[in-house]
Amino acid sequence: MISTVYAVLFYLATFLMVAGVGMKVFKYATTPVPLNIVVSPAPRTKRGVFLRMFREVIFFESLFKSNKWIWLFGYLFHWGMLIVLLRHFRYFTLNTWWWVEIISPIGKLMAFAMLAGLLGLWARRIFQERIRYISAPSDHLMLALLVGIAASGTMMSYVTGTDIINVKAYFLGLLRFQIGDMPTDPILMLHLGLVVILMIIFPISKLLHVPGVFFSPSRTMVDNARDKRRVSKWARNLPPLPEGIPAKEEA
Amino acid sequence: MAPLDDKKDVPMFSDYPSQIPKIECGASLDTNTYKAYPEHNEALGFPGELIDNWQEVAIAKIGELAKKNRAFQVYLDACVKCGACTDKCHYFLGTGDPKNMPVARQDLLRSVYRRYYTFAGKYFPWLVGARDLTKEVLDEWYTYYHQCSQCRRCSVACPYGIDTAEISMAARDILDTVGVGQKYCNEIIAKLKKTGNNLGMNPKALRATLEDLEEDLEDETGIAVKIPLDVKGADVLLITPSADFFAEPHIEGLMGYAKVFHASGVSWTISSYASEAANFGMFIGSYENMREVSWRIRQAAKDLGVKRIIFGECGHAWRVGYSFLNTLAGPFDFLDQNYPIPQHILEFTLDEIEAGKLKIDKARNDEFIMTYHDSCNVARGSSMGPKEGGQFDVPRAVIKAVCNNFHEMERDTIRENTFCCGGGGGLLTDDLMDLRIKGAKPRMTALQQVTQDHGVNKMAAICAICKTQFAKVMPKYGYEMDSIMSVHQLVANAVILDGQETDEADKAAAEETP
Repeated sequence: MISTVYAVLFYLATFLMVAGVGMKVFKYATTPVPLNIVVSPAPRTKRGVFLRMFREVIFFESLFKSNKWIWLFGYLFHWGMLIVLLRHFRYFTLNTWWWVEIISPIGKLMAFAMLAGLLGLWARRIFQERIRYISAPSDHLMLALLVGIAASGTMMSYVTGTDIINVKAYFLGLLRFQIGDMPTDPILMLHLGLVVILMIIFPISKLLHVPGVFFSPSRTMVDNARDKRRVSKWARNLPPLPEGIPAKEEA
Repeated sequence: MAPLDDKKDVPMFSDYPSQIPKIECGASLDTNTYKAYPEHNEALGFPGELIDNWQEVAIAKIGELAKKNRAFQVYLDACVKCGACTDKCHYFLGTGDPKNMPVARQDLLRSVYRRYYTFAGKYFPWLVGARDLTKEVLDEWYTYYHQCSQCRRCSVACPYGIDTAEISMAARDILDTVGVGQKYCNEIIAKLKKTGNNLGMNPKALRATLEDLEEDLEDETGIAVKIPLDVKGADVLLITPSADFFAEPHIEGLMGYAKVFHASGVSWTISSYASEAANFGMFIGSYENMREVSWRIRQAAKDLGVKRIIFGECGHAWRVGYSFLNTLAGPFDFLDQNYPIPQHILEFTLDEIEAGKLKIDKARNDEFIMTYHDSCNVARGSSMGPKEGGQFDVPRAVIKAVCNNFHEMERDTIRENTFCCGGGGGLLTDDLMDLRIKGAKPRMTALQQVTQDHGVNKMAAICAICKTQFAKVMPKYGYEMDSIMSVHQLVANAVILDGQETDEADKAAAEETP
C-alpha cells in the first residue's frame, strides 16, 4: 500500500516537475525581448556572455560582489546540494558509475555544508531586518522543506541508517515501471515525502530561478545593439511612422 | 523654477557612501509626485483620468506585458528574496523606507501578478504574499514606482540580474494605461511631440539662443565658432539634451562640443525638429512613445541629409541611443557606415584628441581638482568606443587629457556600481525635491570622502539630469552649485583654437603640451 502510494506520488511529481518546468522554459524562450537591456559589465561577444554566465552559475559572481554572507551560505547550500544529489545516482543505477563512487564519500560530508548553508540563510531571514521584511511565509517554508530533506537524509546516513539495499531496489523498479516494496522506516518516508513536495512545487515557486537565470536578458544578452537590430514580432505590427518631416511641424 | 525649500530636512553625511539605515516603514509614503492633467495623458494616447474598469484593465495589462517582454516575465518569477539588493538603492539608503529596497519595490507589483497569474497566488495568497489589486495598491504603485530612478544598480547586484527598472517601467506603463500618469514626464513628452524638445522651445527661440551662445564663444576666443541649426547637408547631426541650450553647467558643455567640431573641421548641425536627446518615453516604460520620440531623430537625419549622428552629454539619451535607437528607428542604412551609429560626443572628442587634432592646454584646468560621476544609464545601460567598459574609460580618458588633477571616488560608487544622482528616471521635478536630496546622499558622501582625502573641488558628469540635479542639491551638502561640471566644459576650457587670442603665458604652456 505505502509502496504504491509513494510510487504514484513519484510518478506524479516527476510528471508535474518536468511538464511544469518545461512549460515555463518554453514560455521564457518564446517570449520576445523587445530591446537590448544587457547590464554592465556587458560582454560584446557570445563567448563573453558564455563566460559571464559560467561565472554566474559556477561561482555566483554577482552575489559574491554584492553580499559576502549571502554568497557564503548560498554557495555552501547549492554546491552541497549538488554533490549530495549527484551521490544519489548510486540509488538509481544498478552498477554505480565510477565518478559517483569517487564523489560518494565527499557527498556524504557535503550534506553538512548544505545544512550549514540553509541554516545560515534562514538565520539571516529571521534576524536581518531587511530580509525579514521581504520574506513571505513561503520563503520560510521553502527553507524548512529543504532543511527537512537534508536533515532526514543526514539522519539516515549517520544515525539511524535505513534499508538502503531495498530502497535502491524499489527505485530501480520504479525506473522500469515496476512497483516493488519500499522500506517503511519513518525517516525514509519523511525524506521521500518532502522530496515529492519539493518536486511538485518546483514549477510554481521561486525555484523557477533555476531556469530563470538562463533567460535573464540583462545577463544573457550580447552588448551589440549599435550593430544588431532586434525588432520583436509585436513591434513590427505597430503603425508605421512617416519618413521625412511633415510640413506643418514648422508652424 | 521654485526656490528650494530650506526647511526640508537634509540628511547628514554618513561614514560610508553605502551606509545602511535602519528600516523605517512608510518613511517616504507621503512623497508623491504630481499627477498628470488629462490633456497630458491624452496627448500620449492614454486615458485622461482613472478609468472605471481600471482594475480589470490593469490586470490584463500585466498579462500583456508578460507576453511581450521576457524580462518582465522572468523577473516576476525568478526572485528568491535572497536580500542581496536590499542595500543597493540610493533612495533606500537615503530614506530608510523599506519599500524603496529593490526587491520590495518589485514585490509591490509581483504580489499582484502572483494573485492573478500564478497557482500559488490564486489559491494560497497568504502563503506567497499575493494580494488583490485595490485602489490602495494602485496608489502605492504610483508612490513607489515614482521613487525609482531606473538606475539599475540593483540589477548588477542581483544573482539573476533582475532589473527593477524593467518592473518600474512596466508599472508606470500600467498606471498610464488606466489613466494615472505622472505630470512631469507626460507633460514633457507632450511638449516634445509639439515642438521637438522637452522645453517646448520653438525653432525661432532656439535659433536666438544658439546665436547668443555663438556671440559668447566669439567674445571668449575671438573666433567665429558656429553652432549651426538646421543646416542641410552637414556631415554630423548633433542630438543633445535641450538643457544644453539654457542650463548651467550644460551650456558650457555645448560650447565645448562646438569648439571640438570647429577644431576638427567637421561640418555639423543641430536640428530644431529633433532638438532633444532625452527620451522620456523610456521613463514611462512606453515602447510606443519611446519609438515615436526616437523616430524624430531618424526623420531629422534624413531630412537634413547628414552622414552621421552624434549624441551630446545625456545619460538616459545615451542608453536609448546606444542600446535602443537602432531597433526603434533603424535601420540607418542611409548614414555613413564607417562610424558607429549613433556615436557619442566623447567618442568623437577622444578620437580627435588621440589624432592630435586638438591643441590642448591642460594647465587651464589646474584650478580644478576633479572627480568623475559615472551617470547611471551610461554606466549600466550602454557603452562607448571599441572596447568593453568604454563607457567608463572614454570619459576618463578625455578628462585626463584635459585636466592635470583627477581622483576617483570609492570603487563601490563608480563604474558599474555608480550611484544615481538622485534625479534620474523622470524624478527630476521640484515636487520630489525631498526625495532628490535624500537620494543624492550616497553620491555626496563619496564625493565628500575625496574632498577630504584629495581636496577634490569639482565633479564632472555627462548627463543633463545629473548636472541639473547636482547643481540643485549640492548646496544642501555644502558644495557650491557650480561644483558640478560638464566633461566638455573641461574640454572647452583647455582647447585652444587656431588663431585664438590667448595671453602669452597660455601660449607658452600650449606649446609645451604635445
